[in-house]
Amino acid sequence: MNIHEYQAKEIFRKYGIPIPPGEVARTPEEAEAIARRFATTVVVKAQVHAGGRGKAGGVKLAKTPEEARSVAAQILKLSIKGLPVQKVLVTPAADIASEAYVGIIVDRASKRAVFMASAAGGIDIEEVAAKTPEKILRHPIDPRYGLQAYEAMQLAFFLYSDIKQVRAAAKILQQLYKAFSENGGSLAEINPLVTTPSGDVVALDAKMVIDDNELDRRPDIAALRDESAEAPSEVEARKANLTFIKLDGNVGCVVNGAGLAMATMDLVKYYGGEPANFLDIGGSSNPEKVVAALRIITSDPNVKTILFNIFGGITRTDDVANGIVTAIRQNPLKVPLVIRLTGTNEEIAVKILKENGMSAMTDMDEAVKKAVALATGGKAA
Amino acid sequence: MSIFIDKDTRLLIQGITGRDGSFHGKQMIEYGTQVVGGITPGKGGQKFEDKVYVPPPFAADAMMEAADAGIPFIVCITEGVPVLDMTRVYLFVKERGSKLLGPNCPGLISPGASKVGIIPGRICTPGPVGLVSRSGTLTYEVVYQMTRAKIGQTTCVGIGGDPINGTNFIDCLDAFEKDPVTKAVVMIGEIGGTDEQEAARFVKQKMKKPVVGFIAGQTAPPGRRMGHAGAIISGSAGTAAEKMQAFEDNGVGVAKRPIDVVDLLKRVLR
Repeated sequence: MNIHEYQAKEIFRKYGIPIPPGEVARTPEEAEAIARRFATTVVVKAQVHAGGRGKAGGVKLAKTPEEARSVAAQILKLSIKGLPVQKVLVTPAADIASEAYVGIIVDRASKRAVFMASAAGGIDIEEVAAKTPEKILRHPIDPRYGLQAYEAMQLAFFLYSDIKQVRAAAKILQQLYKAFSENGGSLAEINPLVTTPSGDVVALDAKMVIDDNELDRRPDIAALRDESAEAPSEVEARKANLTFIKLDGNVGCVVNGAGLAMATMDLVKYYGGEPANFLDIGGSSNPEKVVAALRIITSDPNVKTILFNIFGGITRTDDVANGIVTAIRQNPLKVPLVIRLTGTNEEIAVKILKENGMSAMTDMDEAVKKAVALATGGKAA
Repeated sequence: MSIFIDKDTRLLIQGITGRDGSFHGKQMIEYGTQVVGGITPGKGGQKFEDKVYVPPPFAADAMMEAADAGIPFIVCITEGVPVLDMTRVYLFVKERGSKLLGPNCPGLISPGASKVGIIPGRICTPGPVGLVSRSGTLTYEVVYQMTRAKIGQTTCVGIGGDPINGTNFIDCLDAFEKDPVTKAVVMIGEIGGTDEQEAARFVKQKMKKPVVGFIAGQTAPPGRRMGHAGAIISGSAGTAAEKMQAFEDNGVGVAKRPIDVVDLLKRVLR
C-alpha cells in the first residue's frame, strides 16, 4: 500500500527524524492560509501516488502567500500518471547545501532488508545507480539485530565527513530502520536527505510503502489508505479481493493466478491483439468475485471482447461459470465473451454454461485467437 | 526417480482442520502420499516432511515450529505471509538445517509417486522432464500441455512468487541435474527480480542437461514504481525481455508461448 509523503513524514517524525513542518491543503485558499502562517517562502508539493512529481510540475516554490494560492491552484488541477491531485503539502522552503539519498528495501537476492546510501541524492538517483553504482553503498541488515550503531556510522561516513553530520545522519538511519520495521514497510526512503548551510541534517522528502500482507495486523497503518487517491476501478477490485491493473487495449481478460494472467496477456499480444487489463481473480473464487470482475471490465468503454481463461485447481470452474451466468443476468453484456476453462469441476461448469446458452473452449491458444479476432473484427490472428 | 519427494515420503500437515487443509489433505491421500498426521499449530505430533496450511498471520510461527522440531523439508502453501516475517523465518529454518519450499507456492508433485500441496494430480503424468516454476496456475497450464503432448514429468516444483522464499530456481536446477531420471528441465519465470538471470548463468556453468524456459509478463507495463529503491537494489528492471535475453545468452531454450515449451522439449528429448 502506498501512503502519501505527508503521512510518511508523520510516521518518521514520531521516530524523531528531523523534518521541517508542513500542512496539507485541499484548496488554493487553504494553501494560502498555511503559507501566511509560515511567513516565509514555501514549497507546494502534490500528494499523489505517482513518481516523477517534480518533473510533472507537481512541486513548486512560492515566495508569497498569494503565489502559494496560485501555484496550489495549478497543482490541484493536475493529473499525474492518470491520478488527479487532490491534496498539496505546504512546507517552508529549506536552504540546501547538499543532497543525499537513503533508503531501505526488502531485497530478494540477499533475502534481507537492505540499506542504501548515496551522497549523490536528488531526482537523478536512478541515473546515479545505473551509471556510477560505486556511488551507492548497499548494506544488508540482519533482521534479528536490526541496524546497529556502528553500521549506521559506517553508512553515515559514506555520506558525510563532518563528524557532527555523521552522528546526526547515523541517528536518522537507525530511526528510519525502526520506522520501517515497526510499521511493516516494504520500502522507506528519504530523498533528499539534505544538509543546510548551518550544518543541520534534515529529511526534506519521505516515502514509504507498506507490505499489503501487514495491513490485517496493523489497523492503524491500514487506516492511512487514501482511496480517493487511487483509480476507482482498482479500489473496487481490491474490495472484491481481485488484483486489477487497467491497460489501454481492447481485449478484457479475466484469469485466475498472476502468472497465467500475464501469460494470457502475452498471448493476446502474440496473436495481434492488445490486452485491456490485468485481472487476477485469485485462488478460491466465489461467483461474486466473477460478478465484480465483469462489472469492472465492462465499465471500460475500450473493451471489445472479454476473455476468460480459468485453469481450475483451488479455483472451481463451476463457481466461475455460475458467476458468469449471474453477472450476465444482472447486466447483459454488450460485447462478445470467449470462455476457456479447464480443471476442477470442468464438466459441471460446461453444463451450467450450456444451459444458459454459452459454450466453453479448453485450449488456451484457440481461445485467445478467437478473442483477438472478435476484438479486431478479424483483422488480426 | 524424482527430486525432493518420492513414494517413501511421509507427510505431516499443519493446519489440516481448515477448509483448504482438509480438502487437499484428502486429495494427497487419494494420490498416494503417505500422510502420517495432521495438526493444528501449537500441538505436537509425529513429524516427518511437513506441509503448512496455516493462515498468513501464523504461518511464520508454524514454519519455525516445524524447523525447530527437526522436520527436514517444509512446504508452505500459505499466501500473504508478511515479507519481514520471512526475513526471520529464512534464517531460522536455514540455521536448523531444514529445507523450505514456499511460502505462497502450489507445492510439488512427483507424478505417480507422491504429491505435497495443491497441484492437481490428474494433469501430470510420469516421464523424463523436471519442471520448476514461480507461478501456480501457469505451472498447471504448462504441465497440462506437456501431458497432452505425452511428455511426462519427474517432479514439478512450484517455488512460489514471494520476494523471499526458501527454495529457488538454482536449488531445483541443481537437484534435477543430479537426478538420474530427469533428462530435461523446464523453468517458468515471471517479470521482477533477477532470479531467472542467475538461474540462466547456473545452467551454462553447471548443467549438462538441456533447459527450456518461459517468462510471463512480456506485455506487462512498467510496474508500479517502488520509489527509486527497486531499480537501485537490483540494478535491473527485471523485464521479460531482459530475462529472455539471459536465457538466450546462456543456452536456455526460449519459449515465446507456453505451448512452445512442448516443441522445444520434443527437440531436446529426441
